[in-house]
Amino acid sequence: MDLFFFVVFAVVAIGGGVSVVLQTHPISSALSLVAVMGSLAVLYLLLGAEFIAMAQVIVYAGAIMVLFLFVIMLLNSGGETKPGRSAMVKVLGVPVLAGFVAIIAYVFSLSFNDTLAVHFGGFSDGSARSIGRAIFGAYLLPFEVTSVLILVAILGAVVLARKELD
Amino acid sequence: MLISPPAAVEYIRFLPEIILSIFGTLLMVLNPLIRKHGSSIFGNISILGLVAALLGAIYADGQVGQAFSRMIVNDDFANFFRVLVIAIGIVIVLGSYEFLSRERADTGEFHSLILFSVAGQCIMVSSNDLILIFIGLEISSIATYILAGYLRDDRRANEAAIKYFLLGSFATAFFLYGISLIYGTTGSTNLTDIHVFLSSPSRPLLLVGVSAALMLVGLTFKVSGAPFQVWAPDVYQGAPSPVSAFLSAGPKAAAFAVFLRIFLTAFPSISHQWWPVIWISALLSMTIGNFAALTQSNIKRMLAYSSIAHAGYVLVAITAHSDIGAAAAMFYLAAYACMNVGAFIVVSHIAGKGEKHVGISDFKGLGVRQPITAALLTIFLLSLVGVPLTGGFFGKFYIFQAALQSNMIWLTVLGLLNSAVAAYYYLRIIGAMYMQEAVASTPVPQPLPRSTRFALLLPALGTIILGVFPSAVLDFAIKSANFLK
Repeated sequence: MDLFFFVVFAVVAIGGGVSVVLQTHPISSALSLVAVMGSLAVLYLLLGAEFIAMAQVIVYAGAIMVLFLFVIMLLNSGGETKPGRSAMVKVLGVPVLAGFVAIIAYVFSLSFNDTLAVHFGGFSDGSARSIGRAIFGAYLLPFEVTSVLILVAILGAVVLARKELD
Repeated sequence: MLISPPAAVEYIRFLPEIILSIFGTLLMVLNPLIRKHGSSIFGNISILGLVAALLGAIYADGQVGQAFSRMIVNDDFANFFRVLVIAIGIVIVLGSYEFLSRERADTGEFHSLILFSVAGQCIMVSSNDLILIFIGLEISSIATYILAGYLRDDRRANEAAIKYFLLGSFATAFFLYGISLIYGTTGSTNLTDIHVFLSSPSRPLLLVGVSAALMLVGLTFKVSGAPFQVWAPDVYQGAPSPVSAFLSAGPKAAAFAVFLRIFLTAFPSISHQWWPVIWISALLSMTIGNFAALTQSNIKRMLAYSSIAHAGYVLVAITAHSDIGAAAAMFYLAAYACMNVGAFIVVSHIAGKGEKHVGISDFKGLGVRQPITAALLTIFLLSLVGVPLTGGFFGKFYIFQAALQSNMIWLTVLGLLNSAVAAYYYLRIIGAMYMQEAVASTPVPQPLPRSTRFALLLPALGTIILGVFPSAVLDFAIKSANFLK
């Protein structure tokens, strides 16, 4: 049963990811991204990371994607105009990507035997309590420093978007 | 079971970053209160903050140790690079007064972004954990993406910023993918733990090699090493000159520090896998950088190619995969920061409003018109060539010495040939300044403002001190180049 859900949602996630890139209209891309985020949440849940799964749905599929859609609609951007692509991108793009994916898949299949691989529901520290302990214990500093990162991003958005006063 | 709060000494080991973040935020808060174009108060505050952080780094060096669940490793290596990137920040702030008032740009946000970027670089160099390294890298990078496009009405700057942002994000994604694979393999993001794991005989070599390669892609991009160097000329040319000066020194030094720390702390046991790759990258960077620089007539573009070549020299030191090589890289980065920042600030001064005068022909007759500026630029260029009595000479000397000790004879020979080629395009500028008369179309440079004079004197002093008394800095570099294992 777990395997069935895994296959279904993994396929949806990959299909959605490809669709994000291929869609020409930004709204369709954004909606495809919602599908990716949603199926990733199911995959987390299958592993046993219930808190991350919920956060994924609420924060990514919910809040951030709604914000994305708002921005797209406010900017009222139309379909993508395809710029002329260079010959190298046309000829080499897909083969290079396929080669990269094949190498990674090959290395994965060689490196992870059954004892090393991840099992469905095998992760038992997925509760809000364990996540909280990790964030405010071992990962306190990265958690706090992330706030500086977000602050810089806000400052940057203000710098690039403000209207000149004079 | 309670989580114990961090001890007081852990905050001291993180002091420079705390000071920089506080001052960066302070500038943001003060900005709406004092809103005046070309106001120098923000610059003065950020210099105050940077000097405080510099003292903080020196103070932190007395409290060597780890902090915050082994996220921070406050050692001599970290503090060497903290002092370096903070010093670069001070010179850039001094050098940007003239530019900001000339272009009538807002000063508060500019200095705030510089402070945050320096804070991110300090986090990068003092972190012993891949997660924190990544966050520091992003803080530094995002601030520099915005600085590159700071003049919103300048089309070239916009192009530079968007290119830098897109390619930079792409490179960061590779780095992050490498981190996630190494976490999946070793079960840790702590560099020391990864080293311990890789020392065991049953390690999955193939997967570790792939993750190291992915991190290598991301880091080679950040240091503008070949074959991921294509962004550098466009970005350095389009961004405002003081920002190009910053990009070519601060983020690059921090990225090299991360490079050294990751590959010499976590991956020394698989060095036979990665050093041949870096060997190729070093040779490509030197060759592409130097030969492309030969034909440039725009001085910013020329310095960009030259910075690719210099990244190649530092990669030679990393190829040596020894502690001596790490020390040589540290020394070279300090010397390189002095000479390159200095050269870019001279360019910023000569370029004038809108940076219209950036051709090599615009330097004609500068030796007569502004002897001091010309003399300072000559010091920087001679150091970039690697003439004795300048920091650049000893930097190259130590790097090739380290390469020879690791039996990299071919790389040393090719590197030396490269430095000979490089002499041509640097001397061309010196020739224009002293051997050619100014013609009617040559712009008359503005008198050198006091802030710019300081911004040029500091790196010139650094270049000469590193060239005449190299041993003090080198001894410290050798002492600090033994990593936590």
